[in-house]
Amino acid sequence: MKRIYLDYAATTPVDKRVLKAMEPYFEKEFANTMSIHGMGEKAAEAVEKARKQVAGLIGAKTSRVFFTGSATESNNWAIKGLAWANRDRGKHLIISAIEHDCVLNSARWLKGEGWEVSVLGVDGDGLVRLGDLEKMIKSDTVLVSVIHGNNEVGTIQDLEKIGQICRERGVYFHTDAAQSFGKEKIAVEEMKIDLLTASSHKIYGPKGAALLYIREGVKIAPLLHGGGQENRMRSSTVNVPAIVGFGKAAEICKREMEGENERLKRLRDKLIKGILEISGTKLNGHPTKRLVNNVNISFKNIEGESLLLRLDMGGIEVSTGSACSSASLEPSHVLLAMGLGAEAAHGSIRFSLGRWTREEEIGEVLKKLTKIVNSLRRMSPYKDYA
Amino acid sequence: MLNYSKKLLSHFRHPHNLGKIKNASGVGKVGNLVCGDVMKLYIKVKDEVIEDIKFETYGCAAAVATSSVITDLAKGKKISEALRMDNKRIINSLGYLPPAKIHCSLLSVRALRKAIEDYQKKKKA
Repeated sequence: MKRIYLDYAATTPVDKRVLKAMEPYFEKEFANTMSIHGMGEKAAEAVEKARKQVAGLIGAKTSRVFFTGSATESNNWAIKGLAWANRDRGKHLIISAIEHDCVLNSARWLKGEGWEVSVLGVDGDGLVRLGDLEKMIKSDTVLVSVIHGNNEVGTIQDLEKIGQICRERGVYFHTDAAQSFGKEKIAVEEMKIDLLTASSHKIYGPKGAALLYIREGVKIAPLLHGGGQENRMRSSTVNVPAIVGFGKAAEICKREMEGENERLKRLRDKLIKGILEISGTKLNGHPTKRLVNNVNISFKNIEGESLLLRLDMGGIEVSTGSACSSASLEPSHVLLAMGLGAEAAHGSIRFSLGRWTREEEIGEVLKKLTKIVNSLRRMSPYKDYA
Repeated sequence: MLNYSKKLLSHFRHPHNLGKIKNASGVGKVGNLVCGDVMKLYIKVKDEVIEDIKFETYGCAAAVATSSVITDLAKGKKISEALRMDNKRIINSLGYLPPAKIHCSLLSVRALRKAIEDYQKKKKA
């Protein structure tokens, strides 16, 4: 059975061109970037080239991009590092209700350290309430953090408007762009972004490399202290092959973004249209302001994990924000924040498309999905859609 | 990924005794949509023996599998025996149940007890 991977938002395979670019840095050019000899210099140069490549994707000054090990690390650094360095200015921060767990839990941790955390709500489409943001910002607010493209429902926030509000009120603005980096046009200067998180393994680069953009003049403390790598901002031996791969992946995205986005959008909308023809289905997230590769659907009277496993048995890999797949058993906080009932939140599935998704696969998925949905509904004690 | 046993996945894929019983002697419904699992068990009782049993379940793979297992375990049993059944029997039968899913096995036991209570109530009436 040929498998169909529709979980690109979880992670992507490494592009062969990326793999090729990385290859020399494992056993030939393996030196430590901190070494003073020629080989060390070569490794350091490769990292600087990658820095230029990733910076080019967000219109950032190259020297303001810092490499980290993961988007989780970048988000932890942005929030805790900023809070620590600015604790004389205030002890209040604002995050949206639909942040990734790493932002949510970093803020929760700060709360335990005596910080006040306000949660910015969203509307039914997952867009943050800008009017509420203006009211939430106080004299002691230090940071606002809002995710760019939401990982579960795909809704894309208007960063420019949020950036404008934050700049006017003199508070720092951080955005987690792990899902949108390489898909959406981002310009950190115009959008007035102070800090931005992006990751390699969501754009066909390897796992283990990510970045935090920090605008010049932003006061932030490092999380990792040590040998002083990354301009004394992030100590750790530099993961050269992964960073080289990250750079190459960004370069490819920049070059191919326009055409690829058109292609993905067409496939995405075909999948959405096909699924909505099944009775008792609903699209979650904004109908147009959404990631080019995200489809999130609630299926009435069906529990997400059951659907996921049946699709998996049919050779189709997807994700669920459903309670039952995580240890917590709580329904997705993103869907609940958007006003969905627990029932709809339990029955939601995320399909995420990518570089190797083909049109005929969409047809295949729709065929299998319809059968599975009908079979699960026959099993259910609720019959209004069987 | 959840650590489901082969046996559990097999019950999920091909559940035993799926469906409903017309004119059932007793019906037990437990759980709610908010928590994400709902089970409905139907029993047909003759001479204090569960002659037939069927289920309908909305829920995760563990909810479906534990429902399927309890119908297997209860079929042909005396009411008095069925009432003594606990969730350990289900877990043993599956080999392993992830800790986060233990509540599914408890739900199945409660569904069976409720179906029996329903039968006993109807009998008295």
